[in-house]
Amino acid sequence: MRKITFAAAAMLLASPAFAADAPGDAARGKQLFVDQGCYTCHGFVGQGGPGLRLAPDPLPAEAIAAYIRNPAGEMPPISAKLLPDQGVRDIQAYLASVKKPPKLADIPLLKAGE
Amino acid sequence: MAEGFDVKRRGFFGAVAAGAAGAAAATLPGSAKAQTPPAKPSVAAPSAAQKAAESEPLPAMEATLIKRSGSDYMVDVLKSLKIDYVATMPGSTFRGLHESLVNYGGNKVPELLTCLHEEVAVGMGHGYAKVAHKPMASLIHGVVGMQHGSMAIYNAWADHVPMLVMIGNTLPSEERRPGAEWAHSAQDNAAMIRDFTKWDDAPVSLSHFAESTVRAMQISTAFPQAPVAITVDGSLAEAEIAGEEPAIPKLGRASPPMGDRGALQEAAKMLAAASFPVIVLDRSVRSEAGLANMVALAEALGAAVVDKGGRMNFPSRHPLNQSTRAGAVLRAADVVIGIDANDLFGTINSYKDRIHRVSEPLTKTGVKLISLGTFGTPLRANFQDFQRYQAVDLDIVGDGETSVPVLLEMVRSAVATSTAREDRVKKLGAAWQTEYDRLRQAATYAWDESPIGVSRLVMEIYGAVKHEDWALTAPGTFLSNWASKLWDITKSYQYLGEGGGYGVGYSSVASLGAALAHKDVPGGGRIPVAILGDGDFMCAPSILWTAAHHKIPMLIVMHNNRAYHQEIMHVQRMAARHARPLAGAQIGTAITSPNIDYAMLAKSMGVSAEGPIDDPAKLGPALQRAVALVKSGQPALIDAVCQPR
Repeated sequence: MRKITFAAAAMLLASPAFAADAPGDAARGKQLFVDQGCYTCHGFVGQGGPGLRLAPDPLPAEAIAAYIRNPAGEMPPISAKLLPDQGVRDIQAYLASVKKPPKLADIPLLKAGE
Repeated sequence: MAEGFDVKRRGFFGAVAAGAAGAAAATLPGSAKAQTPPAKPSVAAPSAAQKAAESEPLPAMEATLIKRSGSDYMVDVLKSLKIDYVATMPGSTFRGLHESLVNYGGNKVPELLTCLHEEVAVGMGHGYAKVAHKPMASLIHGVVGMQHGSMAIYNAWADHVPMLVMIGNTLPSEERRPGAEWAHSAQDNAAMIRDFTKWDDAPVSLSHFAESTVRAMQISTAFPQAPVAITVDGSLAEAEIAGEEPAIPKLGRASPPMGDRGALQEAAKMLAAASFPVIVLDRSVRSEAGLANMVALAEALGAAVVDKGGRMNFPSRHPLNQSTRAGAVLRAADVVIGIDANDLFGTINSYKDRIHRVSEPLTKTGVKLISLGTFGTPLRANFQDFQRYQAVDLDIVGDGETSVPVLLEMVRSAVATSTAREDRVKKLGAAWQTEYDRLRQAATYAWDESPIGVSRLVMEIYGAVKHEDWALTAPGTFLSNWASKLWDITKSYQYLGEGGGYGVGYSSVASLGAALAHKDVPGGGRIPVAILGDGDFMCAPSILWTAAHHKIPMLIVMHNNRAYHQEIMHVQRMAARHARPLAGAQIGTAITSPNIDYAMLAKSMGVSAEGPIDDPAKLGPALQRAVALVKSGQPALIDAVCQPR
């Protein structure tokens, strides 16, 4: 997560301005997250998988947009034509709405040494 | 067997039968003839022609019984090799051998296993050999059966697993029935698999069959191990044995090759002098002794271990197991030794799937590379499973498990107890603990979600079996490797490893064979656990019927994510490159509309099942019930509707 934060911040400095538009819509973002196939690598609630964990506590929409337009890792670049900035904002709103998982200490199956 | 029958007696019985039929015709109720008293004497004196027939050779007539056929002898050959099982989907090209296995051989050692597809018949031999450490045989129909089974042979080839493939055929053209038998015969049936088998033959006599089958077994089990094929000619199998039977040669077992002592000594010096040695493992361990030696080697060196997962090579919770930190330890390495590591290049280089594909070394300049293994020199050229060429500083040809004890002793003599080594071990241990805690935390995300998160799925299964004698039979790649990250895997049989050729369907068919081998373990009671992707499973769903039919206990858990997600990602990548709609990636990859009901499918084949389950809270209790069924000696399936990976 730290890695993507640094990478995204670097990209943000070099990227064109993030289009100012309406605030993100979480419901629309959830639909986009599925339709655009983000869930395939990142899981339906952004928990991570082959791709990084995105939620809860996602990066700002600007940082996400900067990264996905020109990713450093395995992720294919997603152009604004495929996912406009407003779509990124919606997805970020969805990721921000994902509830926090139960505490590690409250999950017996994940107890250390079990 | 029809002992004592011969052609002359059969001719007599035939004549009697014909006479009886004639008599029956002559005494039909209501006929005039039936009321006529029989003529006396009832048996007429033999005519001159009849006298001649009794004393002279019979005229040419069709034989209807065989005393002992070639296929009986073939069974004797298989029995001499102590092959426990022959898996088959029936086919006419080997009907003689099929019948002999059952009736002459008594269906024991080998026992015939009924499969509903040749991919299952071959693939279960793959999983079986990885657990039992000996080959079983598959008996495959000529041409079309081979075409069905060939992918499973390729997987075994790429995974360096021994197996005996027996192929039905009818070589002499005049022996073939018109129609199917011509279509299922070939000049050279093994030609289609020759690029991924180690050896094959098409014997033309029984002596030839015995010698070549014994030789094939010797070659298959010699290192590097691989499948072999013997074509069984139907006419040879069905023909009556004339004269004395040829002796069956004794099977000679080739001992695994040990690396050159001088080269091992040089490797020991390099490793002992390293400031940060790394051991890369893949198909490296076969036994508990081999596992103990591998641990001892890592501990003697204070080396970080990167386990690529071709087998269970290293305890998952050993502090030197740095597999999830592979990049970090490889960047720090000054000496790397790959032990039976097939893809050293892919391990020490990063690779990005971009428009312009670029690979960059993970290791620093000047790193010393050592390779120890038996498959550094590819045996065949066509199929490219040997991976990219990697130049090394020291290439030692020898079996890892056989060579490591010697290398270990040399390392122990060469390595000095040093503060630097102790510090390194401490740092690696601390890094392991930090990583373990990070992974436990990562597993909490999506814990209560529906569809069920993959970490939840894998840990619920662990919760259900961890107090049993369990063994994972399928790879964990598409499960984000949660089992190897969080389960306490300590025994060499507890993880079957990856499938070699990446042929989809491997996990299902190999799991069936592995479960059979686990069933045969003295004492019994082992719980084979097959976590199967729906895409893989649907290549060979009939494993369920074979498991039920042969009473093979195994816990099957469907990781039902309703798509080929790996392929969705590939199509998405291509769409993104063209700036074309990403949503189209679902077409041709999703397994929905309709959703498959795996529990219903299992029940239809006699396997107890529950599901679909998409509520994570209901998964644990269902798994407990399924484990109880498996412990009672039967297969059971749980269909869990899950997140992608």
